[in-house]
Amino acid sequence: MLTEDNLRDVVAEMLQRAETTLPADVVSALREGMKRERNPIPKLQFDLMLENLELAKKFGAPICQDTGTFTFFVQLGRKLRINFDLEAATSEAVSSATQRVPLRANVVDPLTRKPIKSNTGRGQPTTHIELVEGKKFQIDLLVRGAGAENCGKLFMLRPVEGMMAIERTVTSTLTEAWGRPCPPVTVGVGVGGSMETAPLMAKHALLRPLDKPNPDPELARLEHQIERAANRLQIGPMGLGGKTTVLGVHIEKAACHTASLPVAIALQCWPARRAKAKLVGGLLKVVEP
Amino acid sequence: MSEREVRKLRAGGIVSITGKIVTARDKAYAQVISGAKLPVKLQGEVIYHCGPLAKRTPEGWHIISAGPTTSARLDRVQAEFVRRTGVRALVGKGGVDEEVAVQLARLGCVYLAFTGGAGVLAAKTIEKIEKVYWEDLGSAEALWVLRVKDFGPLVVAIDTHGGNLYLRRKRRG
Repeated sequence: MLTEDNLRDVVAEMLQRAETTLPADVVSALREGMKRERNPIPKLQFDLMLENLELAKKFGAPICQDTGTFTFFVQLGRKLRINFDLEAATSEAVSSATQRVPLRANVVDPLTRKPIKSNTGRGQPTTHIELVEGKKFQIDLLVRGAGAENCGKLFMLRPVEGMMAIERTVTSTLTEAWGRPCPPVTVGVGVGGSMETAPLMAKHALLRPLDKPNPDPELARLEHQIERAANRLQIGPMGLGGKTTVLGVHIEKAACHTASLPVAIALQCWPARRAKAKLVGGLLKVVEP
Repeated sequence: MSEREVRKLRAGGIVSITGKIVTARDKAYAQVISGAKLPVKLQGEVIYHCGPLAKRTPEGWHIISAGPTTSARLDRVQAEFVRRTGVRALVGKGGVDEEVAVQLARLGCVYLAFTGGAGVLAAKTIEKIEKVYWEDLGSAEALWVLRVKDFGPLVVAIDTHGGNLYLRRKRRG
């Protein structure tokens, strides 16, 4: 049975790993990006990114000083019994990791702007719980700094605008953001749903590894089309120009009202930090990175 | 840094910095704009847009990760800040608004881009933390006076002659 101590320790470990090590698919994508560039300036940006990753791993130090804010996606089996406050335990893990890793205390009151020492607060960390079959338990963590977070968008399109409008929302968002979200970015797109579920899908889409194709062939086709359009913008690494502006485009869809077409876009900066833990033989273990 | 040295730099050039830099971001800028007295002389100096991740140890502060923050957040107050302080160079990431870039050029201030997210690389170049001012703003928002060695490579992204690497790309796109 999943215990509070197990969960707290694992979440703290997820944070430490996510902040200091990138998943293999992201590192590969950055290396491929570097090979594609001909110009010295974008090549230099990739070179420094990769060198920084080596150092961060070596010293166990956070890759980026903006250690971000955290979104947890929990898959909770309907037959699983949890006899503790899951959200409180996750919060405690964030506070403890803030002291130990350490993390930057980023969390503030939105109005007074006063920082909160525990790096937690109402809605921080954010936890989304999805009920699933059996006794499964999985927790996914998404870490995002403000650079990428601040460039997210929600468009309530008119259905008559069609598929090309979806591509345009991505290219216009990237153009407006330029170098601010630290490209090359991963683009999460939520299509359909509603005003609050489209952004949630966009964020969730960022959890998919870069080398894993979309199981829906039509969405996969649209993803590749938008990725090509995005790279044609030549925004490049750090907005200084180049061939690689996006590492990937991931789309999730949900049914929506016949008169609506919500399209949400969430960007993830080049250090696409994430972690995953699964219940294996009754014990929660970190499986990625 | 002298105005002459700064006016020699051209967009696309690569430089590195050895010597003194001072971090400043949102809250510190707001203090300066509201007329607060500067605790350190900034005339001719280099400002680094950064909120470092720092740890307090028995030996004093230790900076663990110190990559640049998004300079564009300061667009509305950037020119005024440079006018009041007389800084010669801004180090940041993501660039600034076109209009701000024009004002910086007029004021003889360059914009140097360091790779965002390269926090550990940047921290490694810090030889000494000389002083921290305005600590009451929080460690991320304070003025950190740092002595650095070979901080870079930095790309001259906006020079004082209208050269702007962010602008050229936008026109083509």
